[in-house]
Amino acid sequence: MTERDDLIRETPETDVFASFEGDLPTIGRRSSPGRLLRRYLPAFIAFLTVILVWEGLTRLLGVESFVLSKPSEILTSFTETFTTIWGAGMRTLLEAATGFVIGTSLAVATSLAAARWVGFRDGMLPIAIALNATPIAALAPIFNSWFGLTNPFSKMAVVAVVVYFPVMINTTRGLLEVDPAELELMRSMAATPAEVTRRIRIPRALPYFFSSIKVASVLSLIAAIIAEYFGGPQNVLGQYIVNRAQLFQFPDAWAAILVASILGVTFYLLILLAERRLMPWHVSFRSSD
Amino acid sequence: MGGANRRIARTGLSILAVVVAFVLLWEGYKLIWTAMGWENPVSPDDRTMPHTWDIFLTLLRPAQRNGPPFILVELKAALMTLREAFVGFLIGGAVGFGLGVLFVRSTMAERAFMPYVVASQTVPIIAIAPMVVVWGGRIDLPQWLSVSLIAAYLTFFPVAINTLRGLRSPQPTAMELMRSYASTGNETLWKLQVPAAMPYIFTALKVSAAASVIGAIVGELPAGLRGGLGRDLLQFSQQFTAAPEKLFAAVLIAGLAGIAFVGLVTAVEHRWVQANRRLIT
Amino acid sequence: MSSSVVEARGVGKTFGTGDGQIVALSGIDLQIHQGDFISLIGPSGCGKSTLLRLIGDLVSPTTGTLVVNGKTPGQARLDRDYGIVFQSATLLDWRSVQKNVELPLEIMDFPSEERPARAREMLDLVQLDAFADHFPWQLSGGMQQRVAIARALAFRPSLLLMDEPFGALDEMTREAMQQEVLRVWRETGTSVVFVTHSIPEAVFLSTRVVVMSPRPGHISDEIVVDLPRQRDQDTREQSKYFDLVIEVREALRKGEKGGGAL
Repeated sequence: MTERDDLIRETPETDVFASFEGDLPTIGRRSSPGRLLRRYLPAFIAFLTVILVWEGLTRLLGVESFVLSKPSEILTSFTETFTTIWGAGMRTLLEAATGFVIGTSLAVATSLAAARWVGFRDGMLPIAIALNATPIAALAPIFNSWFGLTNPFSKMAVVAVVVYFPVMINTTRGLLEVDPAELELMRSMAATPAEVTRRIRIPRALPYFFSSIKVASVLSLIAAIIAEYFGGPQNVLGQYIVNRAQLFQFPDAWAAILVASILGVTFYLLILLAERRLMPWHVSFRSSD
Repeated sequence: MGGANRRIARTGLSILAVVVAFVLLWEGYKLIWTAMGWENPVSPDDRTMPHTWDIFLTLLRPAQRNGPPFILVELKAALMTLREAFVGFLIGGAVGFGLGVLFVRSTMAERAFMPYVVASQTVPIIAIAPMVVVWGGRIDLPQWLSVSLIAAYLTFFPVAINTLRGLRSPQPTAMELMRSYASTGNETLWKLQVPAAMPYIFTALKVSAAASVIGAIVGELPAGLRGGLGRDLLQFSQQFTAAPEKLFAAVLIAGLAGIAFVGLVTAVEHRWVQANRRLIT
Repeated sequence: MSSSVVEARGVGKTFGTGDGQIVALSGIDLQIHQGDFISLIGPSGCGKSTLLRLIGDLVSPTTGTLVVNGKTPGQARLDRDYGIVFQSATLLDWRSVQKNVELPLEIMDFPSEERPARAREMLDLVQLDAFADHFPWQLSGGMQQRVAIARALAFRPSLLLMDEPFGALDEMTREAMQQEVLRVWRETGTSVVFVTHSIPEAVFLSTRVVVMSPRPGHISDEIVVDLPRQRDQDTREQSKYFDLVIEVREALRKGEKGGGAL
């Protein structure tokens, strides 16, 4: 192990959603209706209360919709403009998902190389950690000029770069954070480095990989929307929201934000599902009884 | 101490190596692609990929005729963006810490609000930014403070989550020990839980520092706020065909601003770790 | 019966640390014969685990010669001459009990149709055949350690290295595990090197107890345990057993004084 490995351990863990997830029902645990109710009722009540107070106050105080739209106005706009915003959402999702796949694939390839070659790791990681601190969205105008304003690839490229760093840093950490006893065990069996990677490092890195791509899934959508802001076709979420907001059509903007949020949560949940299928053995999914 | 110096020297050396490698790759790409007549994925001409030295020289040349050098103008812009980011970082950090404490004290509050704290991060800030600016204008906030609020929106989340995690991190036996002393909830919080949470909080602050710079840059765009990095990036991207080096130079400055802020938080963390090590030994 | 499985002559190990060198072991002479059950016992820091790791080529000696199965420890490791059990079971969470036992067979390229039967046989041996499809976290600490033993024996190595394998278990489980490991040893004829810091455990299990002392780690005494190979709960109550426990305890105390400690 080298000094640089400390650096990996010190790097921030990016799975900011993990603590929430622990509360999701686990496989094999029979959730009684009573327990589910107790678990989710407060959130439901909070939601209703906020919506009602929001609606009530905006009506009572006569707040203009360009300051704060009423939930009812947003809902109306959502149903009326649904075909437009859903279509825009799909185009944005395509950019986000493609960029996500590209960025994740490159990140995994780099991580495997970093886990295999110490020299590569020493050179690569500090830079990756530094670049992770830079506002990568600033690359959007450059990519627009490189790949063309109307080419969806210029947005995909921004998403790929945004996704790349957290996934790469986390996966590398997972590949390196292996129980020394497991390495001794493999050594005692005269296993080759490739065997160690395949049978120990990759399974051990899976939880790190998944927590990073869960965050990356949400990030990818936001990055796509930011990239769209810097110009390009009008029929995507980022441009739609900005245009509507500039015309002070805030209920329309909120309805589109709702679409972005729904897509983000769906993308996240899909990855959560994949995680459960691929690592049913992991601690966080074990039933408590 | 010798080890620390060696480490710094090595880090400096590897940074230099990366810069050199990057320049070689960039210029090599230009050379080969020009020689072969390739255009994909990126055209190697000087309009699309200006020479690295041109980008560097742009930093030193005056931004406007007879004006101060570009680098000074952009550093000033970076300072303005960093000020917005920093204020947003402080607001977001305080809100995040408060939420963490609230959630650890009340399971009911956690169950009621945590899902929405998580969902809040799926909302693209660039979309809510124009509204935040309108709201800020209503209550006569200066525009840069509205941008700070946008930055705070990105900042509070990691801090809230990690504070909660950290406050829950002490061993059950440590909590029982405090209970055996008949310690009040506040004493347990400040003497046991908060110190235990500090490493978690610092981790979150590093993530938040980077996020707050992104928030400030992105927030400046719809706010139409002049003088910051965000506006400059937008402006230079519109002038890209005329002066591509300017955009690259500005992106470089933006990157350095992010690294500087995260570096500052990391330095504070190291100071904190050292101060506490001294207390223990 | 008398062929040497392990032969150490003047073996020493020095670890280089940040602020200098630490001599972990020096002047180790040891001979282990086929079918022996050898316990290495001593206070912490006496290098007993290091000696075990030297035999397994998990670390390399600084001085002296070490021969395992008539070859260098490195060659013996490459030939898969030994199986090892650590204090923690070190089972892979993502594999079932059966698949954990098959792990060495996969790495050593045993034909895939042979592996399941072989793993079953080993699980039979440690009486866990009913748990083949369970996952490690569903087992108790003692059961996990039995899986680790099955895994170590799956490829029929001639030598079994055990590094405080029962250190984390409670006393009752521990005694049951000791019986178990003796039965396995008798049934397989494997030679065993067993690191422990429990005197009764060393006496109950071994044919010979090697007493070690620290600063620097060396062998201070060797005590032959001439109890019959067939041992059970009654053995623990025989006066011969108590005499041997006392003998080992005194050897340990003498070693501590001789080593110049405290």
